Amino acid sequence: MKSSALKATLDANEAVAAVAYALTETLAIYPITPSSPMAEFCDEWSAKNQPNLWGSVPRMVEMQSEGGAAGALHGMLQAGTMSTSFTASQGLLLMIPNLYKITGELLPFVLHVTARTLATHALSIFGDHSDVMACRQIGMAMLASASVQEAQDMAAIAHAATLRTRVPFMHFFDGFRTSHEVGKIDLIGHDILRALVKEEDVAAFRERALTPDAPVLRGSAQNPDTFFQAREACNPFYALVPGAVEELLAEFARLTGRHYRLFDYEGNPQAEQVIVMIGSGAETATECSAWLNAHDKKTGVLKVRLFRPWSLQHFIAALPETVRAIAVLDRTKEPGAIGEPLYQDVVTALAEARSLGLLPRSCDPVVVGGRFGLSSKEFTPAMAKAVFEELETEAPRNHFTIGIMDDVSGTSLDWDREWDIEPDDVTRAVFYGLGSDGTVGANKNTIKIIGEETDNFAQGYFVYDSKKAGAVTISHLRFGPRPIRSTYLVSHANFVGVHQWEFFDRLDILDVAAPGAVVLINAVHGPDNLWAALPVEAQQTIVEHKLRVFTIDGYKVARETGMGARVNTIMQTCFFAISGVLPREEAIAHIKKAIEKTYARKGPEVVEKNFAAVDATLASLHEVTVPLSADGLRHRPPPVPEEAPEFVKRITGVMLAGQGDLLPVSAFPVDGSWPLGTTQWEKRNIAQEIPVWDENLCIQCNKCVLVCPHAAIRARYYETDVLASAPATFKSVTFRSPTLKGLKYTVQVAPEDCTGCTLCVQVCPAKDKSNPRHKALDMAPQLPLRDAERVNYRFFLGLPEPDRKLIKAEVKATQFYQPLIEYSGACAGCGETPYLKLLTQLFGDRLFIANATGCSSIYGGNLPTTPYTTNRDGRGPAWSNSLFEDNAEYGLGLRVAVDKHHESAVELLQLLAPQVGEVLVTELLGGYAGDEATLEAQRARVMTLREKLRDVQDITARRLELIADYLVKKSVWIVGGDGWAYDIGFGGLDHVLWSGRDVNILVMDTEVYSNTGGQSSKATPMGAAAKFAVSGKALPKKDLALYAMMNGTAYVARVAFGSKDGQTVQALTEAEQFPGVSLVVAYSHCIAHGYGMQFGLEQQKLAVDSGYWPLFRFNPLRDQPGDERLKLDSPAPKVPLEKYTANEMRYRIVERSQPERARALQEAAQQQVREHYKLYERLRDVMKVSDVDTEETI
Amino acid sequence: MDLTTEYLGLKLKNPLLPGASPLSDDLDTVRRLEDAGAPAIIMRSLFEEQLIMEEQATLEDVNLHEFSSPEAASYLPNIADFAFGSDEYLKQIAQIKQVTEIPVIASLNGTTLGGWVHHARLIQEAGADALELNTYFLPTNLLRTSKDIEDQIIEVFRAVRNKVDIPVAVKLSPYFSALPHFASQLQRVGADGLVLFNRFYQPDLDPESLDIKITLQLSDPYELRLRLRWLAILSAHLHLDLSATGGVHTGLDVIKAIMAGATTVQMVSALLRHGPEHFRQVLEFLGHWMSEHEYENLEQLRGSLNLKTGPDPSAFERANYMKMLLSWRKMTHGFGIPPQQS
Repeated sequence: MKSSALKATLDANEAVAAVAYALTETLAIYPITPSSPMAEFCDEWSAKNQPNLWGSVPRMVEMQSEGGAAGALHGMLQAGTMSTSFTASQGLLLMIPNLYKITGELLPFVLHVTARTLATHALSIFGDHSDVMACRQIGMAMLASASVQEAQDMAAIAHAATLRTRVPFMHFFDGFRTSHEVGKIDLIGHDILRALVKEEDVAAFRERALTPDAPVLRGSAQNPDTFFQAREACNPFYALVPGAVEELLAEFARLTGRHYRLFDYEGNPQAEQVIVMIGSGAETATECSAWLNAHDKKTGVLKVRLFRPWSLQHFIAALPETVRAIAVLDRTKEPGAIGEPLYQDVVTALAEARSLGLLPRSCDPVVVGGRFGLSSKEFTPAMAKAVFEELETEAPRNHFTIGIMDDVSGTSLDWDREWDIEPDDVTRAVFYGLGSDGTVGANKNTIKIIGEETDNFAQGYFVYDSKKAGAVTISHLRFGPRPIRSTYLVSHANFVGVHQWEFFDRLDILDVAAPGAVVLINAVHGPDNLWAALPVEAQQTIVEHKLRVFTIDGYKVARETGMGARVNTIMQTCFFAISGVLPREEAIAHIKKAIEKTYARKGPEVVEKNFAAVDATLASLHEVTVPLSADGLRHRPPPVPEEAPEFVKRITGVMLAGQGDLLPVSAFPVDGSWPLGTTQWEKRNIAQEIPVWDENLCIQCNKCVLVCPHAAIRARYYETDVLASAPATFKSVTFRSPTLKGLKYTVQVAPEDCTGCTLCVQVCPAKDKSNPRHKALDMAPQLPLRDAERVNYRFFLGLPEPDRKLIKAEVKATQFYQPLIEYSGACAGCGETPYLKLLTQLFGDRLFIANATGCSSIYGGNLPTTPYTTNRDGRGPAWSNSLFEDNAEYGLGLRVAVDKHHESAVELLQLLAPQVGEVLVTELLGGYAGDEATLEAQRARVMTLREKLRDVQDITARRLELIADYLVKKSVWIVGGDGWAYDIGFGGLDHVLWSGRDVNILVMDTEVYSNTGGQSSKATPMGAAAKFAVSGKALPKKDLALYAMMNGTAYVARVAFGSKDGQTVQALTEAEQFPGVSLVVAYSHCIAHGYGMQFGLEQQKLAVDSGYWPLFRFNPLRDQPGDERLKLDSPAPKVPLEKYTANEMRYRIVERSQPERARALQEAAQQQVREHYKLYERLRDVMKVSDVDTEETI
Repeated sequence: MDLTTEYLGLKLKNPLLPGASPLSDDLDTVRRLEDAGAPAIIMRSLFEEQLIMEEQATLEDVNLHEFSSPEAASYLPNIADFAFGSDEYLKQIAQIKQVTEIPVIASLNGTTLGGWVHHARLIQEAGADALELNTYFLPTNLLRTSKDIEDQIIEVFRAVRNKVDIPVAVKLSPYFSALPHFASQLQRVGADGLVLFNRFYQPDLDPESLDIKITLQLSDPYELRLRLRWLAILSAHLHLDLSATGGVHTGLDVIKAIMAGATTVQMVSALLRHGPEHFRQVLEFLGHWMSEHEYENLEQLRGSLNLKTGPDPSAFERANYMKMLLSWRKMTHGFGIPPQQS
């Protein structure tokens, strides 16, 4: 029986989720890249009441961490519901303790893992097998998939096999390369699933469930007398697994016509060189092997599918007896091991087979191991060829690497980077776009059109840079008559779409074009002027490779058809028109159909505008006449300027140019250290408009400086005489100050770093009285201002910084100081970064930041560039990220170490008092405080101390030199988002709150997991929709600040800089000064709230005015009679909650999809807000320091 | 007393209508209006801008960030059955139809051609019995002539007309240089009725914040005068239905409007101020007044004081201006503030 297969074009996450959902009753999940989409799909289907295979709707619970999810799973399984989960990387590691328990109890379930790199010297969201290989000892069966089709198919096999064998299954496939690859596959229908999953297996599972109606005890503690034997009791179940999986695969082949084996060998049956590997790389190696075999080589690839339990017999049976050399490729690294895990298994397997006589004597291959593909590093046919060629040598190198250049340990094999074996009948297209222009979405549509409307196979893979504002996207598409097995990026494209003209100046985008390729360029220049506008390097490539060039002014068409900045539909139409993948008319009909499907729910207006854009496109598309030679005078500018530091030029610049793959091992620091202050060399020019300052209107409040998320607008006051060397257009005005007279003042924009978010203009209170539309800051097009303002900004940066001793805890004063986080990759209008910037302005030169994983660790530390920077003395934030879950503990550890250093320094200082002088020692011991005057004096004393120590010939002096800087007070801040503080890191946060140590905690509360795409956290407010709370959250937000206040010994504040910036400054200052634990919960508007970020400050105001976000500061040390320990900094609610919520899509979604529920939630939320505020009022009264007189009267 | 009226082809049991307003948003209010004698419900307007902006805002807020990060394909949950304001509006039409037995006149407000016109069809499909097309247009462009504007309104009307089979009335503003001519054009291209007039909410200024304040002001009984004049003029020349709206607060106002030529009379501010039950009182007054004054049906009243049949047609024309000015001078003795109307 072969079921008639329905084809679909989708990614592996969706395909696997669909199978898992059909075969599951309960799910416990926690979001983690790249597995999150699987859980999100299931949540969506569950919310829509879509049934599983047994006609019942699976129910889902989002937990506080993967550890929590695994705990919940254990419970679900123990009580007998078929359960599943999805995870990756660190998340998988957090599950390990429970996975041991679940496995030890033979509770059948499937964990689908998008295999992802484990954080070591750095975090990486990308794919390799370091996570799954860290689980191979647990005892779970491990089944691997290498492609989208396989991922779906093996998901089904895993679910059926776990029920059949009782052994829990880990089904894994490569993060991103497979999980996010869009491909055309044959879908598995419910009929096939029904045939695979035996009802009696389900019944047997149910019967074993723990129940008080027929109780047994599980989870006993056993002793030396019994544990060992009992542990061995599971062996027969493992022995049965390979056979059971083999049977299921045979059944599956009968049902679908798709044949799989436990170890799949593909290649020459008499192969002499064989690569053994797991995962998507095997597809590429197979492609390469087939080509080599067609060119008289004898090669093959042995793909490991069932990695655990390892079946020796099946492995040996799959290996050609003729093999002379085997390369085992591991996508992981185990420093210090004799070899990586798969290599060790293969070596062991061959040795065992030989001793068991399973191998003929003639078969005695050389086995070498190699590492490839860490963190989604490309693995291409050329690399596979290099490995095969190495195997042909007399003594192939062992423990090699392929895909990098290792000039330190010499492990790497070389490969021919130009070698390409992709057949001509496969269309290969690469599109360069921006996240905001819709390129990826349009390409996903294109793949669907071609995949579903033609007989062609299609593949799409999407690469993004690490910026949140102005993100560059690169789409790699393939279409062809056969299933596409090329699991690597397109390198010889016959179509290149350049959707943003600026890319020509930033990247060598045409290096991906094959000779004779077509290039489509979105540009304003028109067909006649385009050539002259291109940099000469691009011209050369076009001429040399005989590229055909087409152009369209996509923005003009978009503007004229009401599409705004979204050129996606226009460029997609051009692609179809030029590429000829489909007949033009047919393609346009399909595009329109896709538009209707995509936008129907978004309204007819949007559909009509898209239609109009399609119709207007072809008339504006022109071919450019390419001259015979490249005659341009303009060169592509270097990625970083000449004056950049050596490291930036040598390494950062290469990464910025998209050439990071070329950097050798020796280029990198060995421990993950990275220099600060490198964003300043990356001028991205992403703002269409930037603010222009009117010095005569400005009231010099510095609010614009405070709210800027990217530190791209700054203020300074200075002596008049420095203006002598000012550039011609540099603006300046008399500084308004009651105390400092005769000075000048300037507000200056960083034109190339501004993202154009307009927050500074929104906050500007200074209006022109006769033309109120004009303010002291107005937006104006960037391009005409760029050159002059660049010069002005450079001059501005050279202005002297005011004396730090003048700093006061109020907005204006703080904003004259250098921000030590600048030009980060955060979203335009980000609501988090202004807090961090303020933190660095206040304490940046003595600041430790422990940063939880999340948005703030991505814009704070995702390479290629680093936004944290140093001041003129070279001091700046010591920023680091450990993990997501351990941040509070990590920060506490930093504090303990700092305190210990200080203690040791004091001890050593006292020992050295006779040599360095008692007076200096006394002063140094008395100078450990955080105020700027003391800091300055203490730093001077430390310098004196160092000078004196130089003359002391004693090991004590040497020891003190190493830690003398700890005599100056440091400020430790533990920083992260709500996902960390409210959920995954709450246990640690709680512990730190009760530690009494001098640490400060800043929670930038966006009320969802922002970085992974807006999943609900315990900070999500009642009535708001988020992923995993699609119908609107039913419970109110957890009040973390209130909880911390109940501790009674910590300083606690709640702030919202958009509502009351002065209170934010006050709170951060007080928190730092507080001699114990401090917690500041900061309202952070976010794109996940669903509105334009230019309204972020307005929304902050409304959040506070509605009473939703009451501002307060709680200081348990206030002890004067009548003092309010809890100071409420915002008045009782004065606008209805709805006024705040109605502006945000996260609330409107509920209103629009379930109006009655929305109303009920809204009313409940309004009620809760009122009561919440009253509670605070009562607390304020209760916690007031008693008045002595009153007490006496009582 | 026979109060029956035919308006836009609908047989109504009386001529008094609750006008387009938020009164139609709440089903309970709608029921109370029906109980108080409302012969039909006119729904609040669905705005072209609202339709377009909502679609675009959704697109901007949600789609702008889609597929721009490797870690997040989107930032908000994907809701398949996300409804727009218009969906709710359509649902409300259907619900009103379900809970009442009276006809529903929907209202669509727009001035340019575009995809929003499609909503007229959806409104009909949702069960509306007639449609009021509100052409609230405020010219601010020096280059646009009055003819341009009239042509545009005609175009929009035609586009809407082509989308539906139900009767369509056009709600106009009073600011036309040649209203009779324009009204006759609308009649020619198939308008089933005219609604006179739209009230322009005039923005206020805030000298403190240097800002413009937008507040909702309920109508004033004096506003009825403008309607009476144009009802009297237009009813004398046109044969399409006319509906008065703006400044109708009392039963006497209703009688005046009908005498000036209105087919139906719409009331909003008084209902918002006094509640749906006010409707019954006005209606009762109308009945009593007519029987006291020995009228048997509305036809006897209708247009009896219009330009054609009224005793002094010049009162509606330019000569009246002079008379009024003179009387005003007499009232105020030539200076100062006129005595307040009681």
